[in-house]
Amino acid sequence: MKKKYLLAVAAVAALTLSACSTDAAETSPAASESATGDACAPENLQTLEAGVLTIGTDSPAYEPWFKNDDPTNGEGYESAVAYAVAAELGFTPDQVVWTVAPFNTVIAPGEKAFDFDINQVSITDERKQAVDFSSGYYDVKQALITIKGSKLDGATSLADLKDAKLGAQIGTTSYTVITDLIQPTQEIGSFDTNDVAKAALANGQIDGLIVDLPTAFYITAVELSDGIIVGQFETTSSAEQFGLVLNLGSPLTKCVSDAVDNLRADGTLAAIEAEWLSQVVSAPVIK
Amino acid sequence: MTRSTDYKPSAFRLEREAAKVSAARRSVLVAAVSTIAVAAVIYLLLINSPGWERVQTSFFSAEYAIKSFPKIIDGLWLNLRVMIVAEIFILLIGLLVALARTTKSPVLFPLRVLAAAYTDIFRGLPLLLVILLLGLGVPALRIEGLTNSVVVWGGAALVLTYSAYVAEVLRAGIESVHPTQRMAARALGLSNVQTTRFVVLPQAIRRVIPPLLNDLVSLQKDSGLISILGAIDAIKAAGIITATSFNFTPYVTAGVVFVMLTIPLARFTDVVTARMNKRQMQGGVA
Repeated sequence: MKKKYLLAVAAVAALTLSACSTDAAETSPAASESATGDACAPENLQTLEAGVLTIGTDSPAYEPWFKNDDPTNGEGYESAVAYAVAAELGFTPDQVVWTVAPFNTVIAPGEKAFDFDINQVSITDERKQAVDFSSGYYDVKQALITIKGSKLDGATSLADLKDAKLGAQIGTTSYTVITDLIQPTQEIGSFDTNDVAKAALANGQIDGLIVDLPTAFYITAVELSDGIIVGQFETTSSAEQFGLVLNLGSPLTKCVSDAVDNLRADGTLAAIEAEWLSQVVSAPVIK
Repeated sequence: MTRSTDYKPSAFRLEREAAKVSAARRSVLVAAVSTIAVAAVIYLLLINSPGWERVQTSFFSAEYAIKSFPKIIDGLWLNLRVMIVAEIFILLIGLLVALARTTKSPVLFPLRVLAAAYTDIFRGLPLLLVILLLGLGVPALRIEGLTNSVVVWGGAALVLTYSAYVAEVLRAGIESVHPTQRMAARALGLSNVQTTRFVVLPQAIRRVIPPLLNDLVSLQKDSGLISILGAIDAIKAAGIITATSFNFTPYVTAGVVFVMLTIPLARFTDVVTARMNKRQMQGGVA
């Protein structure tokens, strides 16, 4: 048993090393051949369809998580992460198949039509009763949004926010970003719900609103036509994480989690995040 | 009234008074003993009831009370400012609407209709809805030169709603003054305006002081509703701490502060009413 475990570690290490090269898929079967019995080798993974990794997400697939509503192009944060995880598990891009999985069915109990789903699903204890989660692949960051042309438009540093009238929903990490990180001179707009906060922002009753980055994307893309993201904050105490969703008790959970952990450890996740959730969408880090 | 110095109360009277004193003493004693007994029973029931410790840490934590108190007082300052400014407008507008509704002239019929419609609508509309409509809705119109301050618009919503209540209270007071009072005043040569000012209103307002104070106390508490717009009043200040700590002591602290504010107001009303009644008994001499 212990020996098997060591072999698995060796295989994972080999995979991690080879994942950087483009021919990762060609070399990884070789690596796992030498480690027969490695539960996470592609031929040993009990995927829905042998040799194929089926990944679910909702349709339409929104930016910046996906690009052009096409999860197969490897562009957008979640598409990139999905292919990175696939490569980590030893699947080539053409061994990956996407399937449409509406958000509500993903977190509902029952059999799944995917090996894992990637759809900005927050890991909660309640949901863990119904589905399996991989390790978190994204730590939810906090972001500042404002209205085009407001005095916060173009702010780059925490000092720029000092004299602004900022708002957030009370009892959230967003609120503590204001109280602990920004510490503005004006009274904080303190809202019970984000709906009132958004109305106050649109009315100019507050200069800026702090929400988590995924919500910021949604608000600025769908709800507030002239809303813009000023930037995001480096918050270390974020409790909320997005995880890959798997069928409850799936044999893949451990392997997928390991893959995510490896991607986090070798900096791949950070690089993908910097590219798709910061540079492309221009949500620079406000320091 | 002269009193003879050799007056001696009868033995019967002395006995009667002594009996009264001892009876009073006995009843004080009985009341004290029963109060202490009841208090002791309540206390024992409380501290021995299951979950008392949890109640204590969740609702009566000294640590959270001390931590939240300064913030609650900061928030209370907003409640007080809103209440005082709003109350001035409310009394003024309420009085005008009440007078408008009690006019008799046929020419002023449209005014009466408008006043009646206003009280009907704003007594019926939930205050929260008026606050949201004015506080979020009007600034959304982005009318040039109009403030978008949540405190101003929240205060305006309070004024609109409470003026309707107060107008009805005052109208009830005005209509409770017997018609003969007005007739007598007119017969003495007072004009219609003078009659209202010097005969009807003084009697009307005196009669409705208690319900008016009721509305004032209610306003004091409802002033906190503007916190829905994002302003930090005493309750919101408590809520901010409770939202992250899940300890309810800040709410209890805010509640105590509000009660502390209401009790002096209630006693003040009692004194004012008593003084007014006394003055009335003396024949209206100020």
